[in-house]
Amino acid sequence: MVRLENVHKSYGEQKILNGVSFDVRRGSVTTIMGRSGAGKSVLIRHLIGLEKPDSGSIMIAGSNIVRMRPVELNKIRRRIGVLFQEAALFDSLSVRENVAFPMREHLKISEKEIQDLVDDRLEKVGMIRHSEKFPAELSGGMRKRVGLARALALEPEIVFFDEPTSGLDPITRGTIYRLIEATHAAGPITYLMVSHDIEGTMAVSDHVMMLFEGRIAAQGSPEEIRNSTDPAVHQFIWGSAEGPLTVD
Amino acid sequence: MRSQGFFGTMIFGMLDAVRLLLEEVGRVLVLLGRSAGWLFRPPFRYGEFLRQLDFVGAQSVMLIVLTGAFTGMVMALQGYNGLHRYGAESLVGATAALALSRELGPVISALMVVGRVGSAMTAELGTMRNTSQIDALASMAVEPVQYLVVPRIVAATVVLPLLAMVFSFAGMVGAYVVAIHYLGIDSGMFMSGITQYVEAEDITHGLIKAVVFGLTFSLVACYKGFYATGGARGVGIATTQSVVISSVLVLISDYLMTSLMFGST
Repeated sequence: MVRLENVHKSYGEQKILNGVSFDVRRGSVTTIMGRSGAGKSVLIRHLIGLEKPDSGSIMIAGSNIVRMRPVELNKIRRRIGVLFQEAALFDSLSVRENVAFPMREHLKISEKEIQDLVDDRLEKVGMIRHSEKFPAELSGGMRKRVGLARALALEPEIVFFDEPTSGLDPITRGTIYRLIEATHAAGPITYLMVSHDIEGTMAVSDHVMMLFEGRIAAQGSPEEIRNSTDPAVHQFIWGSAEGPLTVD
Repeated sequence: MRSQGFFGTMIFGMLDAVRLLLEEVGRVLVLLGRSAGWLFRPPFRYGEFLRQLDFVGAQSVMLIVLTGAFTGMVMALQGYNGLHRYGAESLVGATAALALSRELGPVISALMVVGRVGSAMTAELGTMRNTSQIDALASMAVEPVQYLVVPRIVAATVVLPLLAMVFSFAGMVGAYVVAIHYLGIDSGMFMSGITQYVEAEDITHGLIKAVVFGLTFSLVACYKGFYATGGARGVGIATTQSVVISSVLVLISDYLMTSLMFGST
């Protein structure tokens, strides 16, 4: 469903992605883990087509988006949902209007049908009671839930999550993961997350990849990653200060 | 570096500054080109356009009326002071009308709108950029330039000439009130001076200036906001730069257009 081949990206002298290659199976929940600053968010931006790699290919649903013209890229984007790190809700729109936004843009249906769909999406994430509030009136967890509802608005085939639980308390974090599991179970959909939250993502993922030094250093099932003998993976999973990964 | 000497360093510094300036101008022109390209492609953003018309135009009217009226009142007082010495008080209306329609209407209303609207445009777009809202638009297959930049530029370009007209009208009312009721100038003389000396060209040239000012300031404001980086501090810097650059460009382009349009008249 999502396949990267030898993707490179540098900003000036700084190499961020150094030959990233991976394959995400259709219908799976896959997580890319890595330290802060490892290039996870940069990777997500490449997957949405917000940035172009210096070299390599990015295949989404069988099409290489690297050389696509904007019109073609937008056709692919219509099949994708994104939950941004800080949810990226439009602060001039209410919760309801935020979720309705992609529907108004792309669905040729009546206003009544849009409102019914918005109610359905907000119901799924438990935010129907707050539908008339504005993003500034919501907590971090509530914003993420609305962001998830908006990401699911057009029934996408793939959803990318950029740090879905960063900055949330443990209970809210658990709620978000439960929602991720529930919405994934509700339909044939592929989830790809980037995160450094080990416990939470391990619990909901089918497949885990480790992004170190700009490339995928290890991948496998959560169990395989947990039992990995690779020193860097072991150090990251167990949060040890000693090992090949050093703090800058 | 030492062998390069003081003047060498200075020249390289200046060349670097010119290069950076040209790069920035190039990026602004690219944004203008992209906006022009998206202007004629569906979907047309009527809702956003109307919202911007309201924000740039309707919500600026009171400010423009107020500043226009007081500018006209000052014009009458100053005009009277100068013309009274030559016994030409009858020209107070004509001088106020010429100054307002040719210069003060378009220029001061542009500077007022730069302060009120340009700063808000930059701050809003800059905040959207720094909180990933612009990325979110793109990720939803909505072209951010078409959705955010085009309606703002078109609305500002359309509305500024109207605001300049409102400014000039309010200014003339202010000048009339001061000239007739405070300075004791005859109403007929005041009006006849205007009809005798003010030509349609004075008004149309002023409106053309306002169109250029509207396009210029909104383009600068959108550019500075759309590409603002560096969080809250970056948005603050971009907003300041937007207002300063827009104001300076209004005055520079005003001089250039005046020299082209009016020449030595």
